[in-house]
Amino acid sequence: MSTNLKIAWRNLWRNKRRTLITVASIFFGVLLSAYMTSMQEGSYEKMVDMVVKYYSGSMQVHHENYWESKSINDTFEDNDSLRQKILAHNEVDFLIPRLESFALASSRELTKGVLVLGIEPEPENRLTSLKSNVRSGTYLDEKDQGLLIGEGLANYLRLGVNDTLVLISQGYHGISAAGKYPIRGIIKHASPELNKMIVYMTLPVCQDFFSAPNRLSSLVVNIKDNDLLQRSLKKLRADLTSPYSIMSWQEMSPEMVQQIESDRAGGIIMKAVLYIVIGFGILGTIMMMIAERRREFGVMVAIGMQRYKLATILFYETVFIGMIGALSGLLVSIPLLSFQAQNPIPLTGQAAQLMEDYGFEPYMFFSLAPSVFWHQALTVFLITLLIAFYPIFSANRMKLINALHA
Amino acid sequence: MTIISINNLFKTYKDSEIEVHAVNGIDLSIDEGEFTAIVGPSGSGKTTLLNMLGGLDQPSSGTIRIDQTELAQLKSSQLIDFRMKNIGFVFQSYNLIPVLTAKENVEFVMHLQGRPKKEREERTMQLLEAVGLKGRENSRPAKLSGGQQQRVAVARALASKPRFVLADEPTANLDSKSTENLLNIMEELNRQEKITFIFSTHDQRVVNKAHRVITLEDGKIINDNRKNS
Repeated sequence: MSTNLKIAWRNLWRNKRRTLITVASIFFGVLLSAYMTSMQEGSYEKMVDMVVKYYSGSMQVHHENYWESKSINDTFEDNDSLRQKILAHNEVDFLIPRLESFALASSRELTKGVLVLGIEPEPENRLTSLKSNVRSGTYLDEKDQGLLIGEGLANYLRLGVNDTLVLISQGYHGISAAGKYPIRGIIKHASPELNKMIVYMTLPVCQDFFSAPNRLSSLVVNIKDNDLLQRSLKKLRADLTSPYSIMSWQEMSPEMVQQIESDRAGGIIMKAVLYIVIGFGILGTIMMMIAERRREFGVMVAIGMQRYKLATILFYETVFIGMIGALSGLLVSIPLLSFQAQNPIPLTGQAAQLMEDYGFEPYMFFSLAPSVFWHQALTVFLITLLIAFYPIFSANRMKLINALHA
Repeated sequence: MTIISINNLFKTYKDSEIEVHAVNGIDLSIDEGEFTAIVGPSGSGKTTLLNMLGGLDQPSSGTIRIDQTELAQLKSSQLIDFRMKNIGFVFQSYNLIPVLTAKENVEFVMHLQGRPKKEREERTMQLLEAVGLKGRENSRPAKLSGGQQQRVAVARALASKPRFVLADEPTANLDSKSTENLLNIMEELNRQEKITFIFSTHDQRVVNKAHRVITLEDGKIINDNRKNS
């Protein structure tokens, strides 16, 4: 260990209680900040998951007018050349075709507006793990003539497995669409909102119901690495020309992106306040350490220590305090948040009701994204670096003769 | 051979409208190997003179040359290097680095000089033995008595093999026995290693040991008495 590091380390423990209090303030700051960030990011991840994993996928190809009109008339014809063109991009993992529209669903006495989704059961399951959400009955097979309906919808219509659901809608180019279908299974959709209104059928049955043979409203494009979404989107967009358009999940759900951004900004302000308090705590300690040792610094410079070396020792001391606090905070927050991620906090009462009304599961979810942790460490490190300017400034500005008489 | 040469040295402090001449036109030269005491009443300018000699304070006017180097011509960082290589300091209140052991305190200046570890360790042990602290090398200052701490400070001052040692009231906080011990050690080092010692002191015991006694009053030399050794 170099002498400067040794002096810095030992100086830290000259006043153990003060050092430990400062370290504790950083520890709790990092812990609280990581906890808060994890909870925020966990909620966002869940929201994004609900949209991306259980519904929209990373990107979707539509007819260029579809997103505006949401009409079955603005669908496009499924064709191999389109699929091959998309799959030719290395980053694309797989495609899921869908036909999506609205209908009225009726049981004996009750009727409700529903979202009808025509799917290819196996590819759909690959994205949404829909099969595992079947609560009763069975999942659809490729040639199935039956339906899967959301649990909330089944409860509302008072229907169960093997009961019949009647659907009425308007098909392609105004053709009447009507049919009755057996319910094969009841699913619990991750989105409480969709749980109350979703009806799945196989793609051919759906195309037949809407009189839109071989037509799709969307082709969900899944990529291998979601971090490369924007790059992949740019490449695909360059390749897909009229009458197609391709949209990312962010473009399809701008209100959610905005909600996340504004919520994140609120969190940043909270954390900034927390870190400002911690920063002044560290600064106070460093100022005390310098004030108490002015004569000692004077002696060190008098006997031949260059001021920059003295500043280096003080810099090490500042960094040591920051590192001990930040590392201990991380060491505790990692297992704590791992536990919380496995055991999300259930919400009850009105809070739970409110979450469900907005279409979310009534839980506080936690994220284990590495950024939750390293952002805190980086923030403390940057604060420490900023504070370390004070001792550097102080050492350079010290009047030797005054310091020796301090 | 003259190692310190002071010409027409002034140090003036301004207190409101009144000018105080702490050092008031001193001319002085000190030869290699001298064992010199600067004496005088409080406020006579002893410590101010010593501080300027050590490059810790700037004169208002006049020059201080050490060998051929004029201190005022050196930049701040050059002055620090110059002190490290040429001057040893012994302070009234020891001023050891509290987090370092006796051995580490003595080694510290040699470390700053970039001397090899082996050389540092050998010289440290040799100096600690010379000041009678063999066996206490791993004690921190808080575990040593005042006399022992001052002996470590002397060893530290000598570690860098300086041209001269400035000692500001080195015995002020010591009892009689410790003072006697310390003075004997310094006298021995002066005789054996030809190290120049310059003390500022009130202590008659130091004056009695000194080979040259310079008396200051109101910032001026009023007596410069060389004893026959």
